[in-house]
Amino acid sequence: MYDLIIIGGGPAGLAAAKAAWNNGLKNVLIVERNWELGGILNQCIHNGFGLHHFKEELTGPEYAARYIEEVKATGVQVRLDTMVLDIHKALPETDDAGLSGQDDLPIYEVAMAGKECGYVCEKTKSIVLAMGCRERPRGGVVIPGTRPAGVFTAGAAQRYVNIDGYMPGKRVVILGSGDIGLIMARRMTLEGAKVLACVELMPYSSGLNRNIVQCLNDYDIPLYLSHTVTEIRGEKRVEQVVVNEVGPDRKPIPGTEMIFDCDTLLLSVGLIPENELTKDAGIEIDRRTKGAYVYENMETSLPGIFACGNVCHVHDLVDFVSDESERAGESAAAYVLSAGKGEAADCIETKNMDGATYIVPQKIRPANVDKFVKLFFRVGRIFPKADIVITSAGEEVARYHKKFLAPGEMQNIVLTKDQLQKCKGELQLTVEEKVEEKEVRA
Amino acid sequence: MKELICICCPQGCHLMVDEENDYAVTGNSCERGAEYGRTESMAPVRVLTSTVACEGGQILRCPVKTNGAIPKEKVWEAESLLQKVSVKAPVTIGQVILSDIAGSGADLIATKSVEAAD
Repeated sequence: MYDLIIIGGGPAGLAAAKAAWNNGLKNVLIVERNWELGGILNQCIHNGFGLHHFKEELTGPEYAARYIEEVKATGVQVRLDTMVLDIHKALPETDDAGLSGQDDLPIYEVAMAGKECGYVCEKTKSIVLAMGCRERPRGGVVIPGTRPAGVFTAGAAQRYVNIDGYMPGKRVVILGSGDIGLIMARRMTLEGAKVLACVELMPYSSGLNRNIVQCLNDYDIPLYLSHTVTEIRGEKRVEQVVVNEVGPDRKPIPGTEMIFDCDTLLLSVGLIPENELTKDAGIEIDRRTKGAYVYENMETSLPGIFACGNVCHVHDLVDFVSDESERAGESAAAYVLSAGKGEAADCIETKNMDGATYIVPQKIRPANVDKFVKLFFRVGRIFPKADIVITSAGEEVARYHKKFLAPGEMQNIVLTKDQLQKCKGELQLTVEEKVEEKEVRA
Repeated sequence: MKELICICCPQGCHLMVDEENDYAVTGNSCERGAEYGRTESMAPVRVLTSTVACEGGQILRCPVKTNGAIPKEKVWEAESLLQKVSVKAPVTIGQVILSDIAGSGADLIATKSVEAAD
């Protein structure tokens, strides 16, 4: 029986494995469906990774290589080309004397199918879910028109160009201004394609400013804010896309049509945590994050099953994925080594109020918090200046002054144990907009 | 006066650079912003990342980068040079693929180890 099985060998799984090993678990298995470790970092060949974690600017493959080296230096086992099909609680085994062979901790079974292992069911004391996320496809944004070849998600195109060495098209329109879309605008341009436009439904880009400058402005690619694709034309292959301006209600304005002659439409319209296994296992899912409800130690609603990285909530920076996943790995080790003891009954629920769209963790057990807990959240719109206010039972517990809050950037605040102990039952996070001083004077 | 958006960090400060006053930068929140504003106005630089063809390896493309920022106007020349390159596996991460690419002073290096195909 394994101490820990980690599902997914991307940045989250690697960081969790390293931390679990360093905290005393010696029977750890990573299950990865690809032929190599590293996950999505392998196709993210651009730089800008690791500024927080390694204090230098690395490309995706370089960032992955650092963690892969660290994990290879441990005794963590890795099973590649293997797909996890199902996770479930094992039935209690009975030994010859007819007694249950289990102590109080649940034992889980992970069913998997792989090139070398075939179909097997492995037993484990704990699990870390690190399956990452998927791109929202065309069906997820409902674009009218024909259904020709030439419509790709930006990440799929990134894989074709950077790993397989194929160019998906020559004349490209990009819908959505998420970071992957912006990065692909530059990448397709460098490889010889003509990127005609990047079209964004919202009045602001969900990508980082630095990517708008380096990927669009550097190559004179126009960004149309408050615009969307209203029709895809073409029979076998994309021939044209129609773009309309949208009003404040985000509905297309008739008469504003622009027609682009192109053979390719790339979609960068959001990421969704990949939680089929999680749902099938009966783990509670948060509708806001589309990931599991997690406690302060990244444990889900099933004891001994943890979730971290993009499967829990979609991150912008891999550095934060690594940090969160190391915590999940540490927590799994603590859970197994203490045999599940130290479970605290008292629990505070976190709730996003005005201005915030979600909070992770959703539940905090103050007794399990050592010195402080970090709350991760996103704002619902752009705030040039705002206060993040934490209240509980009508009392203000903490207040943080922040600048430049945008939905595209995950925020975090630190709550100390003292502050946490002032909370009762529910903790509420509100974003209070502050008017710039300049404007007050004027 | 030239207006720039700083790309040093996610804040994206709106910088004003006064070209007639020794490239004095205003609107920045930190020293890195001032430095970026000056460099970007006088001689902008970028790190180029791309891929080169890879023969006999487990994958067909090997990711590469310049091991330092190169002048922005050399980016296209560097890209067209690296498109003609084909490396033979095995490749080691950090291995120099093209030295002093486009006379920029920076080397093009592999950003991933590629093992030879079985």
